[in-house]
Amino acid sequence: MRITQGAFSFLPDLTDEQISRQVQYCLGKGWAVNIEFTDDPHPRNNFWEMWGLPMFDLRDAAGVMMELNECRKVYGDRYIRMSAFDSSHGWESLRLSFIVNRPKDEPGFRLERHEVDGRNIRYTTTSYAVDRPEGQRYR
Amino acid sequence: MDLDVVPMTGNVNLREELEAVGIEEILTQLDRELIGLKPVKTRIREIASLLLIERIRKRMGLTSEVPTLHMSFTGNPGTGKTTVALRIASILHRLGFVRRGQVVSVTRDELVGQYIGHTAPKTKEILKKAMGGVLFIDEAYYLHRPDNERDYGQEAIEILLQVMESQREDLVVILAGYGDRMEKFFGSNPGFRSRIAHHIDFPDYADDELLAIAELMLGDMNYRFSAAAREAFVRYITLRKAQPLFSNARSIRNALDRMRLRQASRLVADLDRVLSAEDIMSLEASDVLASRVFANGSSPANYG
Repeated sequence: MRITQGAFSFLPDLTDEQISRQVQYCLGKGWAVNIEFTDDPHPRNNFWEMWGLPMFDLRDAAGVMMELNECRKVYGDRYIRMSAFDSSHGWESLRLSFIVNRPKDEPGFRLERHEVDGRNIRYTTTSYAVDRPEGQRYR
Repeated sequence: MDLDVVPMTGNVNLREELEAVGIEEILTQLDRELIGLKPVKTRIREIASLLLIERIRKRMGLTSEVPTLHMSFTGNPGTGKTTVALRIASILHRLGFVRRGQVVSVTRDELVGQYIGHTAPKTKEILKKAMGGVLFIDEAYYLHRPDNERDYGQEAIEILLQVMESQREDLVVILAGYGDRMEKFFGSNPGFRSRIAHHIDFPDYADDELLAIAELMLGDMNYRFSAAAREAFVRYITLRKAQPLFSNARSIRNALDRMRLRQASRLVADLDRVLSAEDIMSLEASDVLASRVFANGSSPANYG
């Protein structure tokens, strides 16, 4: 099951050219672009790992694309996303985030039903991928 | 490369092409604002013409190669290398050979780290900032320390070389430094020499050029020499050039700053006097002659 998080996730995967244009838009706005990766795609997993430091003061998307390609070499089998941080006063938060790399095979989520307090049910979603230990989830 | 132009066929009007990119005004500005440097200006005109033709060829579909644009500027201190680098960046930007046209000026400190594993991220960070523009590395030979094999400079050099080769369309690197030391640097790093297309040598300024520079600088600051002061300054230049650590236009700028200082203290010394605008603007011979350069047998440590 294809996961849909962040911007553009209902569209076909962005090409490098399209990613580069989006990054250039962010840089043009003065946002710092970050590269993050994870192998735990649960929508409540807010804490993806960062690839290097946030990239402040860049003028051209080529620098970000260089880092993205480095990151793909190492973590090409995981989810990688770009996020753009706006440091201006009053915002000081992410303005845009989109997935730029995903595993070939995405096993999706299962729904677990816990029966609690008599007839009540509590629902939990779990990614099939996380059944395996970290680092081996998308091999 | 970001050539935001339609492909073309048929005949080309060179004049229209030149006017469309507007580099002619940068070149004339270069001629006007930089005194002397004849060989440098000629080279830059040549490079600009080459790039203009290259751009036309590209649009006609006659070439798809990105030309190598990395350059090395050699010359003594204060001969205008940084200033010219800024102009080159805007020429390249107008012609569409760099996308953004910013100049990131660095020295060894910004590229090379302090400990193992520190250099690569540092160099890459600078490279990322310079992408789409020009990376100007001043005193590039400090990157290479022949006396220390384990110096981290070598690591920075390798990363630079790799990016200079593989991302030619994203980045133009300009190396700058004194002539003889750059020669040695290229000798021990043949990779650099072969990746640099344009070697430009900056000659020292002649005495009359230095005087013209001084008057241009003073004019910008709304000062002027009195006739006697001008004469004294001509002598100052001759004497100062003979002294060690003379750095062309930079020495002139420093000398002018000290003369302004002396003029100010001369004016303030007499509080009862009523000053005219003329008095405040003009530097007198005494302001020039008070310089230690004129004192015979001055110790070489004093360059005032």
